[in-house]
Amino acid sequence: MAQFTGSGLSSFRGGRMAFRGLDFGVGGGEMLHLVGPNGSGKSTLLRVMAGLLPLAGGQLQWDGTDLAEDRDGHRARLAYVGHADAVKGELSVTENLQFWCAMAAHGSPNGGADEAAGLQRFNLGKLADLPARFLSAGQRRRLNLARLAAIPATLWLLDEPAASLDSASVATLEAEIKRHLEAGGCVVMASHGRDPSDSMVLELSQYAGGGMDFEDAVP
Amino acid sequence: MSGLGAPGALGALIARDIRLALRQGADSMMVIVFFVLVVVLFPLGVGPEPAILGRIAAGVIWVAALLAAMLSMDRLYQTDHADGSLELLVLSPLPLELQFLAKAAAHWLTTGLPLIIAAPLLGVLLNMRAEGYPVLLAALALGTPSLSLIGGVGAALSLGARRSGVLLSLLVLPLFIPVLIFGVSAVDAGLTGLAAKAQLLILGALLLGAAALAPWAGAAALRQAAE
Amino acid sequence: MHRFVNPIRFLKLVSAVQPWAMGISIVCLIAGLYFGLVVSPADYQQSETVRIMYVHVPAAWMAMFCYSALAAASAVGLIWRHLTAFVVARATAPIGGAFTFLALATGSLWGKPMWGTWWVWDARLTSVLILLFLYFGYMALEGAFDDRARGMRAAAILAIVGAVNVPIIKFSVDWWNTLHQPASVVKMDGPAIHASMLTPLLLMAVGYTAFYFWVMFVRVRAEFNDARIQALRLRQSEA
Repeated sequence: MAQFTGSGLSSFRGGRMAFRGLDFGVGGGEMLHLVGPNGSGKSTLLRVMAGLLPLAGGQLQWDGTDLAEDRDGHRARLAYVGHADAVKGELSVTENLQFWCAMAAHGSPNGGADEAAGLQRFNLGKLADLPARFLSAGQRRRLNLARLAAIPATLWLLDEPAASLDSASVATLEAEIKRHLEAGGCVVMASHGRDPSDSMVLELSQYAGGGMDFEDAVP
Repeated sequence: MSGLGAPGALGALIARDIRLALRQGADSMMVIVFFVLVVVLFPLGVGPEPAILGRIAAGVIWVAALLAAMLSMDRLYQTDHADGSLELLVLSPLPLELQFLAKAAAHWLTTGLPLIIAAPLLGVLLNMRAEGYPVLLAALALGTPSLSLIGGVGAALSLGARRSGVLLSLLVLPLFIPVLIFGVSAVDAGLTGLAAKAQLLILGALLLGAAALAPWAGAAALRQAAE
Repeated sequence: MHRFVNPIRFLKLVSAVQPWAMGISIVCLIAGLYFGLVVSPADYQQSETVRIMYVHVPAAWMAMFCYSALAAASAVGLIWRHLTAFVVARATAPIGGAFTFLALATGSLWGKPMWGTWWVWDARLTSVLILLFLYFGYMALEGAFDDRARGMRAAAILAIVGAVNVPIIKFSVDWWNTLHQPASVVKMDGPAIHASMLTPLLLMAVGYTAFYFWVMFVRVRAEFNDARIQALRLRQSEA
């Protein structure tokens, strides 16, 4: 079973320490829910998990291997959904998704990406040939999320994915997440509210780093 | 479906950039119009004497091409940075250095190549003698890709900075001076009937050097910007 | 804790060495100027104007030395993510730029009586001018971001990219026919000038180098104090 773990994590963001001494663990088929108020470091932690932001301290491991030693493998296994939707207005809906499928470059026809399935599962089939600049905010978000359905990835890192979605689309997203978990994938998701479901919860405010203390920067 | 692997991904990246440039149409045209406009300013400023214009033609065309290319450079990564595509590109399995080369190639195809095509017309406006044209085209063909590469590094470095357009020019133009010097020298050699082989070889070497080194600097800069 | 490696220890070292740098700098500069401007022989062709050499040549050396220091500090900062290295780089840039400008200005003042022209577009002068632009570019890029750490990291990449210019400057007088005099001190066979001229040159070089360290240390300490104040302010606003 795949294990994504972190121990003693700390990271800087914008001149302050976003969190310090943070531990987590999430296995295959499990979802980790990041909760905390605005500015508590949820997005920072997700970016650190993706490898976009460097760690100031601590270690991230996948299946026991330090991520710093296998950056390429880590990028190949993850899907990241951030705040912005990465949608190009001049391209059609299909062209947008086709591009990301091509960039995923899985190299094998069986494990390859399927953009038609992606569009269909997020109910974008009717909009397939529309230039993306005509999409509403919710539709753009669905197009962004369609990558999750189209491109196989073991680890999903989702930063407030339900933002600007209507309730039907939220249900679609939840169904997709459930499907992913049943297939053995893992999910780390950040949101504002506390989810009453059975997922594991990581409360970030307990790891708050506060401002950078100049004097205690000495090892 | 996409079982194409890395070459397919590279091709998709180049194709997307070209498609975006073509659908935005106006951008490429503006660059060409600016190129022509700058060149046209010189006879008006320097005086229409054919001998003088012919003497400075090579330099004017090179400088104008340089400035025109600079205009389109800051657009290279800015929209990707703004709409969140950059972080997804950094996270994709395709090595970022190769992506940098792909974007530079797409930039050259949509900016450098049109400039090269427009150059002979401008040579006529500046009364450049016939012997200069082949060398001019060859030198521009070797120099404009270097510009896309060096400019790409500058564009990546200035992502998210204040006044990024002017900053980009300040960073890139000094680095481009060697290419400019040898490019003009090549055309001048051609105009006086000498072989321009040495200058063209040096331009080629500069291009190879840029192609080898710029991706590393550019990818490092892109990773910093995506943090 | 990669980011702030030993800032306290580094600052202690800097504070200890700074008075020495100041002392050596003042002593050597005074001695060098005395030997160069008063004691050393006048050139039989150029008479007294040759004495500009004692200001110009070491300044040119420092221009290249400072850029090399800038590029090296940037590389250290990027590879090991040391903020301290970036601070050193940031402190070095304006000093190097000033030396470059000094070299170009004194060179121009010397060129007029010696070559008959204030400026010539040969390989050495052009590449030193590019060096000046690289310093400007570094300082501009570094200060262009709201997030200062990002500015320092981006400028570090630029510094390393521009480092290719330094060997070009050094060897430009060998590779091309230039108006500028070829190397006569830092050569494979050893210096080619007489001790009475070499001594003040070296004294000035040591004096300039000590001056660089002195001013760089002052700037580094100011930078860290600034960071301390920021940290205190931030903690206060959260308390």
